[in-house]
Amino acid sequence: MLYREAGQFKSTYAEDQQIFPIRQDRIALAVFLAFALLVVPAIGNQYWLGALLTPFLIFSLAALGLNILTGYAGQLSLGTAAFMAVGAFMAYNFVLRVPGIPILLAFVLAGICAAAVGIVFGLPSLRIKGFYLAVATLACQFFVLWALQRFGWFSNHSTSGVITAQQIVILGYAFDTPARKYLLTLGVVAVMALAAKNLMRSETGRAFMAVRDMDVAASVIGIPMMRTKLLAFAISSFYCGVAGALHAFCYLGTVEPEAYSLDLSFRILFMIIIGGVGSILGAFLGAAFITLFPIFLNLASSWVNEFFGVEISHAVVSNLESIIFGGLIIFFLIVEPQGLARLWQITKEKLRLWPFPH
Amino acid sequence: MKTALAVALAAAAGFSTQAPAQAKEQFVPVNSYWVGPYAPGGSGIAAGMIDYFKLLNARDRGINGVRITWEKCETEYRNDRGVECYERSKNKGPTGATLIHPLSTGITYSLIEKGTTDKIPIVSIGYGRTDASDGRVFPYVFPLMTNYWSQNTAKIKFIGMKEGGMDRLKGKKIVNLYHDSAYGKETIPILETQAKMYGFTVTHIAVPHPGNEQQAQWLQIRQVRPDWVILRGWGVMNPTALKAAAKIGFPRDHIIGVWWSGAEEDVIPAGEAAKGYIAAGFNAPGADHVVIREIQKHVYAKGQGELEDKSRLGTIYYNRGVLWGILTTEAVRKAQERFGKGKPMTGEQVRWGLENLNIDDKRLKELGAVGFMQPLKVSCMDHEGGGAVKFQQWDGGQWKVLTDWIASDQSIVRPMIEASAAQYAQEKGIARRDCSTEK
Repeated sequence: MLYREAGQFKSTYAEDQQIFPIRQDRIALAVFLAFALLVVPAIGNQYWLGALLTPFLIFSLAALGLNILTGYAGQLSLGTAAFMAVGAFMAYNFVLRVPGIPILLAFVLAGICAAAVGIVFGLPSLRIKGFYLAVATLACQFFVLWALQRFGWFSNHSTSGVITAQQIVILGYAFDTPARKYLLTLGVVAVMALAAKNLMRSETGRAFMAVRDMDVAASVIGIPMMRTKLLAFAISSFYCGVAGALHAFCYLGTVEPEAYSLDLSFRILFMIIIGGVGSILGAFLGAAFITLFPIFLNLASSWVNEFFGVEISHAVVSNLESIIFGGLIIFFLIVEPQGLARLWQITKEKLRLWPFPH
Repeated sequence: MKTALAVALAAAAGFSTQAPAQAKEQFVPVNSYWVGPYAPGGSGIAAGMIDYFKLLNARDRGINGVRITWEKCETEYRNDRGVECYERSKNKGPTGATLIHPLSTGITYSLIEKGTTDKIPIVSIGYGRTDASDGRVFPYVFPLMTNYWSQNTAKIKFIGMKEGGMDRLKGKKIVNLYHDSAYGKETIPILETQAKMYGFTVTHIAVPHPGNEQQAQWLQIRQVRPDWVILRGWGVMNPTALKAAAKIGFPRDHIIGVWWSGAEEDVIPAGEAAKGYIAAGFNAPGADHVVIREIQKHVYAKGQGELEDKSRLGTIYYNRGVLWGILTTEAVRKAQERFGKGKPMTGEQVRWGLENLNIDDKRLKELGAVGFMQPLKVSCMDHEGGGAVKFQQWDGGQWKVLTDWIASDQSIVRPMIEASAAQYAQEKGIARRDCSTEK
């Protein structure tokens, strides 16, 4: 009843082409963004803002990047963490070596560096597909970490190879508390997510999807294969690079290259599989599930302890956490192979008919 | 996106209302890992530390009447989970977290700035950022007992002893087989410096995490034909290295491990291949120390011990955890002497306690830890305190202590630490503290 677009007529092209054509969606998004921007920093404590929401947003952005490449353009990649590493280390180097550089410009430049690396390692995608391409991007994962560890320049010759992110100052305003870092992250992620949403409706996005669905047909109707595939790699790596820079600057502060291991690449891949391949919302849902759910399980065990007064051995709890988490992944994939975003879509369709489903 | 956040915020509302109970309690977070490739180390150390707290609570009713409380948090040895655990635990208890043992070099790095801002000491005993030993630049970071560089000079000294004098090191070949992480790489610069000083050559060979595949590395070692191999491993990498060494016939008594490579869990899986292997240590093995016997009497006899497998009592990792417990509580005790006996201490006060920690032989005797650990004296200048290392050899059944405490060579280590800390201070724009004005 509430969620129905009947009666919303579009009389101009601009109205017809807006990102969210349904009025309820626009209102909900505006309310939600206002809530996240104004209310959350006021009511959230350091733990929630610094340890849960900020990493959730950062991993959402990385998952979004991978989703553009894998979900929309159909190119499987295992190099996500490596692109994040490029972003993190290059942002650090830009701030270190270019005096007075605005930090947001450094993030953008770091993203462009990641995009360049992405294009280089995207070249095999012109010849190979599917799992073979995944293996080729695996090379990127190992090469980037190897380079970051072997060449001292990247970490400014730090003895242990770690970098410590500099302070974030934008127009004389220091982003030094968890709440401020959260706001900065939220701003960047919101802008980039809307940009991605828009991009996927454009000619470029439609070309990506055509390539994903059938590349021979796409090239027959005149979509340039090389340009489209490499563009997908570039945009995806750009998103991952910015996510990496945020990860270093707004979240961990000090990072070592090992933080961006293959393990992280897989985790981000799981995020989009669980959240929904080829969906912007899916990247957020998947990131929430993978980053927040284990912590929730961990906390839940302590609530059980307090509530029932039974002390479960901590080793058992820690292992149970992995078991339940793995079990749930399998459960979700069986029940809804298209991810959590699909569940949301079904809910929306049901809402349109509610309360009179025929 | 909407639903996820809504759930998150609903839970947040429940969280932020948690009021700390006003009680005479000292809260110590126990952030460790009970799963994954490094679980043997993490679970052993956590158990030792908690058992020592239980001993104090049962025998002495805490520290001058202040009971010690703790909460376990699983970090999985991952940086992001470590930060999450830190944020979760830092405001618990009446005075917040006493101090944090990050239990991973990577997590230590991530917490240095956060701890300094929140005024919570980051204590990394036997790991962590080496140049944090310069307390003027790192007021809240304490790499107590021995840092990696000190340990390394002691190791070279030990090799020198075995060779019959430091001048005999000339022309010798040493391979540094290291875990490819911040932890593993930490000793490369000091080895290079020492190689130049004593005229030996050093080859650095990296083993990628987690280290269960080392064939290529040992083939390379066979080509180099080193006189000694320094094993800077962690977790599953250690038994794998020993087995690979046996396969190419490299003498095990010429492999010297760091203390994260020298526990029962590191050698038993390697079986016969581990016999003769030597490792450094800053705590002694065995269950016949007074303090361990006290734990058995007051904690395990009542069935309240932390370990499910009691045979782990007296193992290296367990004893190391007890040692961490001793240092934690002694720092609180010291802080109480100044800020009020019988009161819970804040992180800031404990920082003072850590900086003025002085565990001499007399105190060691009272603690029942003579021979268990070395005396320790921390100062504003020197956040390390001890610096000496014992060497032990695996005889196939247990660790046998080979040497007394071998002092490190601070004349090499200290200038490097100060230079490295100064670079950090410059990069971050930190003004060094003046130690003469500290009270």
